[in-house]
Amino acid sequence: MLDQTKHLPAGVGVGYKSKHFSNILQEDHPVKWLEIHAENYMGAGGRPLAQLRALSDRFPISVHGVGLSIGGEGRLDAEHLARLKHLTDALDPASFSEHLAWSTHDAGYFNDLLPLPYTEDTLTRVCDHIDEVQDTLGRQMLLENPSSYLAFAESTMGEVAFLRQVVQRTGCGLLLDVNNVFVSANNLSLDPHEYIDSFPHEAVGEIHLGGHDEDHDEDGAPLLIDSHGREVADPVWHLYTYTLATGGPKPTLIEWDTDVPEWDILAAEAGRAALRLEQVLA
Amino acid sequence: MREQEFLRAALTPDAPVPAGLVTPTGQPAERRFNVYRNNIVVSLKDALSAAFPAIQTLVGDAFFAAMAGKYIRAHPPKSPILPLYGADFPQFIARFEPAGNLPYLADVAHLEVSLRNSYHAADSRPVPPAELSDPLLFTRKVVLAPTVFWLASRYPVTQLHGFASGGEKPAGGGEDVLITRPEFDPLATAFPTGTIAVLEALRDGIALGEAAELAPKTLDLTKFLGTLLSGGAIIDIQEV
Repeated sequence: MLDQTKHLPAGVGVGYKSKHFSNILQEDHPVKWLEIHAENYMGAGGRPLAQLRALSDRFPISVHGVGLSIGGEGRLDAEHLARLKHLTDALDPASFSEHLAWSTHDAGYFNDLLPLPYTEDTLTRVCDHIDEVQDTLGRQMLLENPSSYLAFAESTMGEVAFLRQVVQRTGCGLLLDVNNVFVSANNLSLDPHEYIDSFPHEAVGEIHLGGHDEDHDEDGAPLLIDSHGREVADPVWHLYTYTLATGGPKPTLIEWDTDVPEWDILAAEAGRAALRLEQVLA
Repeated sequence: MREQEFLRAALTPDAPVPAGLVTPTGQPAERRFNVYRNNIVVSLKDALSAAFPAIQTLVGDAFFAAMAGKYIRAHPPKSPILPLYGADFPQFIARFEPAGNLPYLADVAHLEVSLRNSYHAADSRPVPPAELSDPLLFTRKVVLAPTVFWLASRYPVTQLHGFASGGEKPAGGGEDVLITRPEFDPLATAFPTGTIAVLEALRDGIALGEAAELAPKTLDLTKFLGTLLSGGAIIDIQEV
């Protein structure tokens, strides 16, 4: 089941947006692979799937799910998992990833990556869900660390310890979102470098970089919000360089999902990441 | 802390934050919890804005946000396929009292849903033009593409839709609308009220000639068939 043969290249990718379709095909840019949000390609046909077929002929594709609710209390949505299998079977992507979060409850799907406490109970539940995903899709998945805005009093372990256990029990890989590490560390008064130091880098198959917004909580403490709507912040670039120095070069994605810029701006962000990656590869 | 409790608080603006959600100093995480409140509603509202641009233009941003907020709380998505969220937004709008003075609004929303359904519908191969010149064509039944949709309105719904994107001020009365997808971009074409009877007959396997007899007198049959053909709407011709 562990599919190590078709891996993402150790270069830079971007989150694919349809307005960049023709720019991407020109290939005069540093982007070596593309990531799509699985749920945007679950229609029956039309332009989205036609574009995806054309792109997958030219670029390795990473399928990134945002709606599976792996951290949820309930069972995984079997219909949704079947749709994911349909997509990954048809596309045979270089990678499939999802989030350590929940978004679906009996009442519906809430389109946000909602947080969970880190306990033995939630660990068992998350591992059961990942086993089911990997068994159904017949491929290894990567699990992404979330952005946190608050803590759970009931948590009994830290996030890295939790993720490490998930990897050991399920054989999944990890998607290390460096911006999320920075955002969570700020919001929870943790040291982002300690987080990176203790992370199981050998399990990391992909890195995410994205922009965040700054707000304040009721005490005036800075509250960072993972918005994916702007350039990667300078301290996140520093943390990325530190991550590469610690864990080695990894396929790296620039995420920009709201207020999506013109292609040149996104390609320049990809270029910044490529430069750092090349320094480690050299 | 159960999901149920988290969600109830997240979807109720002034509800207290569930116990056990804390700041780094162990205080109740009021302001921080609002990030989730905000993300849920804003992201779903954005999904509706993307799907219903004409409705948003016709009612204005503030009214749209308020109406979308009510809809989101009453009808959260049933599936994670957000590009298809809001399929029953037209019915919600029809019953939404503050929009009662815009009786055409639900039909414009229905048109936007139909255009979106066509956009995402399965691909198919139209019959080659040569087969359409078969002299027996009118005695045959036709199979319509999955991209074909239609709706009837008591209002000039295509004009209202066009007006929202900068077109002429709407004039005239009701129309029946045929939606086709020539390649990837759906096209809405207005025909006289009653035209839908022809489409329903075609869908039900009635021969083309017989179906055409159901057309209203004012229907330009050449234009109607031309719209079907140029829209790749006929994917098979079969014996009745």
